[in-house]
This record gives sequence, structure tokens and C-alpha cells, in this order.
Amino acid sequence: MSDAEIPQQASVVVIGAGIVGNCLVGHLAEMGWRDIVQIDKGPLPNPGGSTGHASNFIFPVDHNKEMAMLTLDSQRQYEEMGVSTTSGGIEVARTEERMEELRRRMTSAKAWGIESHLVSPAEVKELVPFIDESVIIGGFHTPSVSVVDSLRAGTIMRERAQALDAITISPVTEVQDIVVEGGRVTGVLTNKGLINAEYVVIACGVWSPKLAAMAGATIPLTPAVHQMIDVGPLETLQATNNEIGFPIVRDMDTFCYERQTGGSMEVGSYAHRPILHRPESIPSIEEARLSPTELPLTQDDFDPQLEQALELMPFLGDAEMRYGINGLLSLTPDGMPLLGETVEVKNLWSAAAVWIKEGPGIGKLVAEWMTHGYPEIDPHSSDIARFYDYARTWHHVEARTSEAFNKTYGIIHPREQWDSDRNKRISPFYVRELELDAVFFEAGGWERPQWYESNKYLVEAYADQIPTREHEWDARWYSPIINAEHLHLREHVGMVDLSAFAIFDVHGPGVVDYIQKMAVNQCDVEVGRAVYTPILTHDGGFRSDLTIMRLGDEHYRIVTGGGDGGRDAYWFKKNLPEDGSLTFEDKTSAIATLGVWGPSARALMESVTEDDISNEAFPYGRTKEVTIGGVKALMFRISYVGDLGWEIYVPMERGLQLWDTIWEAGQALQVRPVGGGVYGNTGRIEKGYRLMGAELESEYSPVEAGLARPKVKSADFIGKEAYLKAREDGPAAVMCTFTMESQVSSAGVERFPSGNEPILTADGDRIVDAKGRPSYVTTAGAGPSVGKYLLMGYLPTDLAVEGADFSVMYMNELYPIKVAVAGSKPLFDPDDSRMKL
Amino acid sequence: MRILVCIKRVPAPGAKINLTPDAQAIDATNLGFTISPHEECAVEEAVRQAEQHAGSVTVLTLGPPEAEEQLRSALAVGADEAVLMPTDSVAWDPMATARALTAGIAELEVDGQFDLILFGNESADSGGYQVGIRVAHALGRPMVNGIKGVTISDGVASARRETATSNEVFELPLPAVLGIKEGINLPRYPTLKGRMSAKKKDVVRSVPEHRPGGPHLIRLVTPAQQATATVILGTGPDAARGLVDVLEETGIL
Amino acid sequence: MSVYVLVEHDRGDVEPTSLEALTFARSRGVVTAVLVGHGADRAAAGLGDYGAAAVTIATNDLLADYGPDAWADALRQIIEADGATEVLASGTDRGNEVMAQLAARLDLPMVANVLEIGESGEVLRLQWGGSLHEQASTPGPVLLYTLSPHTVEATGGAGAEAVLVERPVDLDATALVTMIKDRVTTAEGITLATAPIVVSGGRGMGSAEAFDMLEELAALVGGKVGCSRVVTNNGWRNHRDQVGQTGTVVAPDVYLACGISGAIQHWVGMMNAKTVIAINTDKDAPMVTKADYAIVADLHEVVPAIIEEIKQRHG
Repeated sequence: MSDAEIPQQASVVVIGAGIVGNCLVGHLAEMGWRDIVQIDKGPLPNPGGSTGHASNFIFPVDHNKEMAMLTLDSQRQYEEMGVSTTSGGIEVARTEERMEELRRRMTSAKAWGIESHLVSPAEVKELVPFIDESVIIGGFHTPSVSVVDSLRAGTIMRERAQALDAITISPVTEVQDIVVEGGRVTGVLTNKGLINAEYVVIACGVWSPKLAAMAGATIPLTPAVHQMIDVGPLETLQATNNEIGFPIVRDMDTFCYERQTGGSMEVGSYAHRPILHRPESIPSIEEARLSPTELPLTQDDFDPQLEQALELMPFLGDAEMRYGINGLLSLTPDGMPLLGETVEVKNLWSAAAVWIKEGPGIGKLVAEWMTHGYPEIDPHSSDIARFYDYARTWHHVEARTSEAFNKTYGIIHPREQWDSDRNKRISPFYVRELELDAVFFEAGGWERPQWYESNKYLVEAYADQIPTREHEWDARWYSPIINAEHLHLREHVGMVDLSAFAIFDVHGPGVVDYIQKMAVNQCDVEVGRAVYTPILTHDGGFRSDLTIMRLGDEHYRIVTGGGDGGRDAYWFKKNLPEDGSLTFEDKTSAIATLGVWGPSARALMESVTEDDISNEAFPYGRTKEVTIGGVKALMFRISYVGDLGWEIYVPMERGLQLWDTIWEAGQALQVRPVGGGVYGNTGRIEKGYRLMGAELESEYSPVEAGLARPKVKSADFIGKEAYLKAREDGPAAVMCTFTMESQVSSAGVERFPSGNEPILTADGDRIVDAKGRPSYVTTAGAGPSVGKYLLMGYLPTDLAVEGADFSVMYMNELYPIKVAVAGSKPLFDPDDSRMKL
Repeated sequence: MRILVCIKRVPAPGAKINLTPDAQAIDATNLGFTISPHEECAVEEAVRQAEQHAGSVTVLTLGPPEAEEQLRSALAVGADEAVLMPTDSVAWDPMATARALTAGIAELEVDGQFDLILFGNESADSGGYQVGIRVAHALGRPMVNGIKGVTISDGVASARRETATSNEVFELPLPAVLGIKEGINLPRYPTLKGRMSAKKKDVVRSVPEHRPGGPHLIRLVTPAQQATATVILGTGPDAARGLVDVLEETGIL
Repeated sequence: MSVYVLVEHDRGDVEPTSLEALTFARSRGVVTAVLVGHGADRAAAGLGDYGAAAVTIATNDLLADYGPDAWADALRQIIEADGATEVLASGTDRGNEVMAQLAARLDLPMVANVLEIGESGEVLRLQWGGSLHEQASTPGPVLLYTLSPHTVEATGGAGAEAVLVERPVDLDATALVTMIKDRVTTAEGITLATAPIVVSGGRGMGSAEAFDMLEELAALVGGKVGCSRVVTNNGWRNHRDQVGQTGTVVAPDVYLACGISGAIQHWVGMMNAKTVIAINTDKDAPMVTKADYAIVADLHEVVPAIIEEIKQRHG
């Protein structure tokens, strides 16, 4: 059949007409975009992607705040479109371990304001009469679980854009190339002609990597199989006379769900072996028997699930298996979506790895991001820029998604570490760390010691100050050695591997203006000074916090955390002057960093350098070139742990010599290696230091985070207007540090929250600030030197009163907590005298 | 009554069929496999006859080891026993297939003859229309192809074949062989219980002797598609006029 | 080359595609048509016009009706006696069946549904009902095959009257076991396979009742109603009406596909239609994109409008 002409010009081409592309075009149009062109290689309304075979149900409770917020927003949007049916849903537990996880889910439900209840097997039976309640020990019931019509929702969103005369929709249009000129996307070549475009969005689900590759960009996801079968007809279900009349059951311990669909039951599984496909080898619409993403069921993989489904729902036994597929969906290395502008190509955006439950929310988020520069919900953990090069390889994607697949319904500990594809980034200190029995956690792909088993003897030395974690869950991925290392550092001196830092050097004429534009705080400082500063979004929310050192008249160094290096590199590069006058160099892989902190740090460092490092010659917040033994190094006097000391920067290949030099000299001063457990958690929480992605996110301003300086620099910077307004308005919430007043559970065991738990009134009521933001634990950790277990979190300004009583919910139980600090004053060493000796 | 059904594992392709680089077979990378449709009906018919006459059903296939999947599908819908005659990767010609099946059936009949042997009218893929007939001839049993109805009583299979204008009735004394055609029944889907019990059954293996005959596959060829420029007569009921014009032009009216 | 063609007939009515086989055989050598069974004399008339130099009628008092063993045995005796080197039939139910029985008796290869025979003897034949083709070689002293229906057009006018020969054949009782014992007429007049126009319905029909309007339309235009596999699976129509790889293969002047998406298994059953017209709401459905004409609209509105239009124009 002959095809209609497609426009030759577009403001934005959205490739893909699945749930994401459809919601995106609807929101873009509503936000004022015109001349949108949406294309898909398949027909409408079901072009053959994952949306077409989705199971379409939404369980809103998620431990991850960003995902929970996106899901809730999506549920609201589906409801508003009239394509949502509230069915309720129950996650059932067959084991005590799972019951504990369900109690943890109760905690998350409370944190994000979702009504849920723990129910007994008998109560589950009442809700779902065809269940055999004897195989379960309890359930987690969320009445607001819903089933949506995602195809209809897509049509509605496209029609909204059409009603505004904002869009041309061209199905059965295949992309042949994405045109890039000078690092910027300029158009899309299709089988129906070239569309010149200012922006291009890849919303192609499982095909996204293939499309991105056409432009030289990467979208690191893999198509993976999720098996489902349809069994029926079943009289009990037919009798409901509607699409869904019974709550959806997630049989969590068997990684399986049962969802009514009309007169039959859909049984879906995440229990089979990971079956990954490559985007290039997905069959075309013509080649596929059903659809490109509905591949033939590999029955052997599903068989074990049948048995388990029958245990839970015996009435399925006589039902017929009428349809079964290996359905393709998108998986990413860390399980989160891939949103935002690609790091490789300007104006080429990714809106991929999105499931039905978060589709409309993400459509809106990406539209806001494209329209306003930053979305309302912080996309911190969905930002495609979060991935480093190593994560943009098939090798990594394959390894991590294979490992993660069976954790879809798994119980994942908040501190849990990956098994696969480790040892990717190794610091020069690694060999020594191995000798010292380091236990490694991954940070930005780097192997970073979390604690050292060789420090075990210190636990005895500080036994009276280190509580025992009796509960296995709380003790998991933790060691009391962390507390011991902390106390030892506070008394003597410790060496901390900081090589995971991301380090960027910017040179050139006009670099001062550039840095000033990027940073909130005054960075036009003398050479040798360093500034800790927030980096804001255009509307004044946190984008990052980092340190900027002035190393020369036209040379700055930016140092940021390993976890955020990708996002920060993207942001700094994106805002470089277009004229190419500045050079941006990523030095992360060239520079090793060692932290030396503790009361004996100066004595130790003086023993290995002839340079003057006295407080007078080398004050706090300064950098200095020094020679340590035979190694030229840049020392930076700073502290994230609250004690005197330096970060020491050396070329990667000199790192080992640096370590050995300091280590040998430090023996007389009882130097010990100290891990990330102290650096990232106990040390900083005692000092109330904020962490990006925890305390700091775009939804909060520097004023609320307690990081506003008394004065605002005169130079302009990104987010300044909003920042000035935030200062004027005053904070709607204040970052506080809390002490846990009792940690003893009803079972008589001391418990240790790990973060993301709701902060409630003393009576257990939710607290929400004037902007609708709930109070929850942003960081939890031991304060070994203050003798308390500490929590951080925002409180509405009027409640942020030191000494006030609140409670925290952990595993569905309340514990009393007290505001120890409202604002940024450190709990430990409040006047910072220890760091500034 | 003992019934044997011979089935064939065939790929289930979409609208476009890709070939392997050597053009010796279909590229089944993304394809599922199934029992050839006529044979699916043959399995169903066998199960129904066995239910009616207190008989048992054995399914037999000659094919790659993976054809066990199709045997289990047959077990899941009610077959009692399954026999696999595993082949190498080479496509066996109809004569070789028939010779091996004949030998395999003889082996299975050591303890007694099958009263009825069912084949499909023709396989979905190679469509040779002859394996069942050759086997029947070799066994010296009567065989009729294209059967869409079977009634068994008093040792006689009354078999119905449809032509465009009539139903032809054949009466074959047992033991007999029938080629079953789709439409004889609507095959049932497996139940969950059926699938699970099929999973636990043994599949007997019997390695066949390969005695090639012919014809020999040289290569598969994808037929040239003639491109059509579709004339759209309209997008609503008023297009009926254009359509009637076409019927007049073609001489239908 | 002596080429023998089994001309299929039903009590004297010649199967039309057997004339295609005769036409094809003319290009292969000197053609002898073979007829078996009751009514053969009537069927023999006019075969010369399609290229048969000779017509051989197998005779035996027991040859009352069709039976695969009887037909195959009779055919075997004739070709063995005459030393035929090539024997074919049309690739119909009976043609394939008799040729396979013959091949089994001779222990020779048989090639079903041939499209072409190359100079070196390589054959091109159907696989997957025509979705794929196969090149094959056939060893053996006698080439046995069936010709895929609708591969060539049956053309008469070859001229001479054929020499008619009656040949008695021997048949034993076992050959009669598979002879038709009884028959029940199910339809009169034109059939799905011979109708000049097939009005066919698919999933888009939505119900068995909806086929009433197709029946009305078919009656108006002198055609028959067909359907796709999903329709028979849903129980809306008898399998007898199914067009496609596992149903009936048709080649009408016009194929009108109503609400049929056009899966390949269906397409191969009607791809030899001279004109294909599709009515479908999905403009991207394969049946629409492959059709000569299409109406992109709801068939439930269009079909009544067509009926109305025809009634108006043709009273």
C-alpha cells in the first residue's frame, strides 16, 4: 500500500510507539512542543514491541523512592485516562525470610504513602478463594494494585498530541539511519525519506541499543525473556464477567505471578534461567510467528513453574494451556531505566528500559526534562549518563542482567554487592589491600575496600563501643570491623583508598567564567584554593555536590564521587562553551588518590615529606604540590571523615610507591588501612556530611540541605534565580540528624535501619512537608564516636527542632528517635576543631 | 486396541521464512517447533478412539533428538507411550524415512500389532504426500489418505474422505493405516496436569538405520515475491461502488 | 520420451487440473493419458485436444469406483508393460495418493507438487504449501511426480484425436479393500475449488452469523464462501470451507478476502487467484498490502453496501 508523505522537518522525532513513546509525545505536546513526528516500524496500535504483550499490572510499592514515585504518578495518569482497573494485589510468602521482606515492604509502603496490609493465610483465602492457603504463611496486600490497558493509554496519549495539532504519526516506517553532524543529531533517515530534526528520542524498548548504535551512541540494555502462559478457561474466573475480578497474586518465593485475564489465568515467571537476546537478532514482524517480542515458549524452562503454580492454585490443574510465550522485555545492568540525553550525541535522547508500571510517569519526566532542562522527579538513578564506558559493553550488560534476572522477585539487601563482572577497575593499592584482607565493595566500577579483615583485632580493642548485630539481616554485608576502623582512625591514623574518585581537569582561557557558571559557590579564588560547592539544575535543585580546585590561572580540577562521575562528566561537558576554547580532560584513570586522616596524620606525613605542611603553611581547604619520598604529589587538605588529614593525588603508576612509603612510615604511628564503611558512612554521618543521591537530590534546594552560604556570589550560575528565590522563601524542609533512642525490637533484638525507612511522628503518623515531600531516612549508620546509631532525613521546617521526638519504622515496627541536629552542624566535633588543627 | 501415531517435528515460521546459509534448511533461530497440523489432529483422533475403545496410544517420531519436545506434547494431550527414532542433522528423504519407520514399527510390534496406524495427510514442511503410504505398503496394510472422519466397530475402520461435492466412505479391515486431515477434530490443548505427567514419562529411543532413496534435496529456494501496488478503493462503505466496478471488469458480473 | 499422465476423473468427470498435467506433459514428450475406473470412456473424449497422443483405459470389471490401490495397481501394469520413463498426475488428493502408491510398488522416488523440471532433470517443487520451493534430484529409471495444481494453464487446441486403447488389467482382492464403499453427496454445482469467485471471511468476521452476508454475496456473484483457519478453529465454519495450506487450494478469477489478515499459510492457498481484493480495517495487514485492490474499512459496513450496490445495478 502506498504511504503518506512524512514531514521533512520536525522539532523532535520520537522513534517508537510503545507505552513510552506514546506517553512522551502526549506530554511533549501538552508542554507546548509542535512539529513532533512519531514513527514506528510496526503498525498501530500494537507495533509489536514489549508493550503489546505486557501483563499490564502495577504493584506500586518499591523500595526505591524514584521508582515508587514514578509508579505512583503513572497509576494516577492511567486512572485519569480511564484505562485503569483497581484489582488489588497480594504478595504471598512461603518462608519466614520472605515474611521479613514483606515487613520491609510494609515499611516502604509507609514511606511512600501507599496503603498496604500484612494479611494472614486465611485473609488471603478470603480475597482469593481458589488459593491453597496451606502453602503460604502470610501475605502483603496492596488494595491499590491496578491493571491498565497500556495500548489504549498509548492511543489516548497520541490523540492528545493530535488534538493539539502537534504531531504527525507515521507507523510502518523503518529507521535506516540516525544522522549526526558534529556530535549533534540532525535527523532520521527512514524508508519513507529523511526527517530533519532538532531532537531525536529513542523510545524503542528492546531495539533501543540497535537504534542508538546508528548514531554512535550506547543504550546499555538487553532484551531478555520473561515467560508467561495463559491457562483456561476457568469457570471461577469466567463468573466474574470482567477482565479482572480477583486480586493479582505474586508468589514471591517461586518468582511467579498469577493474574486473571478474563476467563483465564496468566501465569508469569521470573524463575527460569536468564535467556538474553541481542537487539540485532530479534525477528522482524514478518519473520515472527506471533510478534517480534513474543517468541516461542521454551516449555522446559517453564515446567518447574507449573508445579509451583498448581501447589498454590490447585484449580489450574484441569485448565488448558492455550498460549505461552517467551516475551521479550528490557533489562539494564542495574535494573533501572535509561533516560536522558545520550552522553555521546547531543540532542539524541534515550527513553528506554521502561516497564508499563512506570511508562506514563517516565513519559512525563522525559518531556519535562527536554522542556525545562530538568524534571520534577529526580532521575538520579535512571539517568543514562550514570554508566561509565565499562557498563556500555555487551559483556557487562550480559553479566549483570544475567545475575539480576532471578532477583526480579528476589530479596535484595540494600548493601548487596554484585558477583559478576568484578575487578574491572583496580587501584594501584589493590595488591596491598589484598594482603591486608580487604573486603571489596564496588564503587563506580572500582574495587574499593569496605573494611579490612586484618583489622579484626581492633574489634576487641574497642569491644565496649561496638554493638553486636544479632539479627542476620542487619549483619549482612556489614562487619563490626568498620566501627573499629572508625574508632582507630579517630585515635591514630588511617589510610583510605579514594581512587574511585572521578577527576576532571578543565583548562583554557575563560575557564573561570565557565566554572563560575557551573558552581553555586565562589570559585574565582586564588590558585591553590579548593571549594566544596553545590551544582544546581536550572530550577535550583541539586544536581551534584563536588569539590573544585583551582590549580592554575586557567586550570581547574573537579573531583567528584565515583558513583556520580558519569552524570557529572556529562553535565560539565554539556555546558562547555560551544567555541571549543576549553579543554575538558577526564583524568580519573590517570590519577590515584589516597586519603590519610587521623590525629597523627600530620606527624605521619611530615615523616615522609620535606615540604612544610604545618597548619600555617598548608591551611584547610588548600592544595599544594609536595614530594612524598620519591613521588611528586598534589595534597589537598580536606576531610570527609572529620579528622585532620589530606587527600593525596599521584599518577596512577606511582600509587603503589606512595602507599608503601606512607605505610612503612606509619607503622610507628599505628597506621591502619580504613575502608569505605568509615569513609562513606560512619565518618561522614557523625559529621552530618551530605551525599548526592541520598540527602541531596534535585527535589531539594541547597537552602533545605543546609548548604547555603551566608552570601551569594555576584557572578551568574546555573540555577541562580531559583536559588535566590529559595533563599528568600526559606526552606520547606530542613535536613536533620537523628539519634535512635531505642533499637530493641518487640522480639528483644537490637535492630539497625539501613536507609529509606519512613520518619514518622512519635505516634507513627506520616510526615509530609508543605511541598508534599515525605520524611524518610536518607542515610542510616553507626556513630561509633558519639555512641549512637544515627539517621539523617528531612523534616518540615516547623518540626525540625533539636531534641524533638519522632519515630522511625523498620521492618514494620516503630522505634523512637530524637532530632540531634537540625541543619548542617556536625554532631561530632561541632566546631570542626579536629580537622583544622 | 493399540493405536500408533507417526508425527513429525516441524518449525512454526512466521510470514517470512529465512533459510540457513547453505539453503539446506529453514533458519529456526527464533522459531518454535510444533507437530505438523494434520498430525496434531491425528494424535487427537487417536486419543479419542483410545478413550472410546479402551485402547492405548503410542506416538512415534523420526527426527532430531529435540523432537522429544513434540513427543511430550503428544503425551500431554493423552498419548500413553512415546518412541523417538533419533536422526542426525541431515534431512531424510521420504523413502529413507518410510524404510526406517517400517523397521521401527516392526520392532514395536514384536509384542503385538497396532490395530490402527495414523499419519498426517502430508507434512507441513516438505509435503511429500507419501511416507505413510510407503509404510502401509511395506507392512502390507490398507491405507487411505485425506481422512476427515473415522468410526471403528467390529474390526473395521469406516473412514470418511471429503471431496468438494461429496463424502467418500472407505471401509478398511483392521489392522489398517489412515492419513488424517485437519478438520477431523479440533485438537485439545494440554492441561497443566497433562503437561506435568507428560514430563515424567519415559521416551523410548530406537536408533534407525539410514537407507536413502529419494528424491534428494539439493537446496531450498525462496520464491520470488511479486511486488503489488495495492489500489485502495476507499476507506468506507462508499467504496463498494469501486469494488463492484472491479467485479464487472473481471467479468464476474 | 514416453510420458504417461494419470487423468483423474470422478465417474467420468475429468478433474480440471488433470488437463493442466496433460498440457505440461506435452512439453516433456509423447503423451499417453491413462484413465482408470468406471466412466473412463466418457472422460477420454477430448483428451487429444490437450495433447494426449494416446489414451489408455484400464479395464477390469472390479473397477467400479475410485480406490488408491486399484488405481495404482492398474497404472503400474500399464506403465511397466509400455516401459514408460515418466509418469505424472496432478497434485490433487487422489493424484498424490495414487502416485505415492505407485512409487511404493515400484520402490522408486516420487516427487509431489512439481513446478518445473530443468534440462538436467532437476525438479523444482513446493514446500510449505508454496511458501518455499525445493530443488531436488530424483534418481531412478522412471520419473514419478505430481504437478502442482495451477502451475500451468490447461490449454487445448493441440489438434489430433487421440488413439483410444482399452487395456485389461489384473486386480486381486486386496486392491479392492480400499475402494470407495459409499458416497454421500454434500454439494451440487460449483465448488470452492472451481468457483470463479471465492468470498472468504477471516477473524474479522467476528461470528458464525456474520457469514450469512457472505453467503448472500457469494450467491449474488455466483461464487462460494471460503474462510481462514482461525474461522474453522473457532467453529464458525466447516473445515471443508477452509482455504489454505491445510485446507483447500483455490485459484479463482477473484478472491475477495474479508477480515483476513493474510497469514502465509492462508496466502499459499489462494495466491494463484487472478485478482485479489481485501477488505480490512488494518491497512498494514499482509492481505491488504499483497492484494490488487483493497478497501480499508469495517467489513460489516462494506459487505452490505456491496450487496446493495450489486442489487441496484443488476436488479
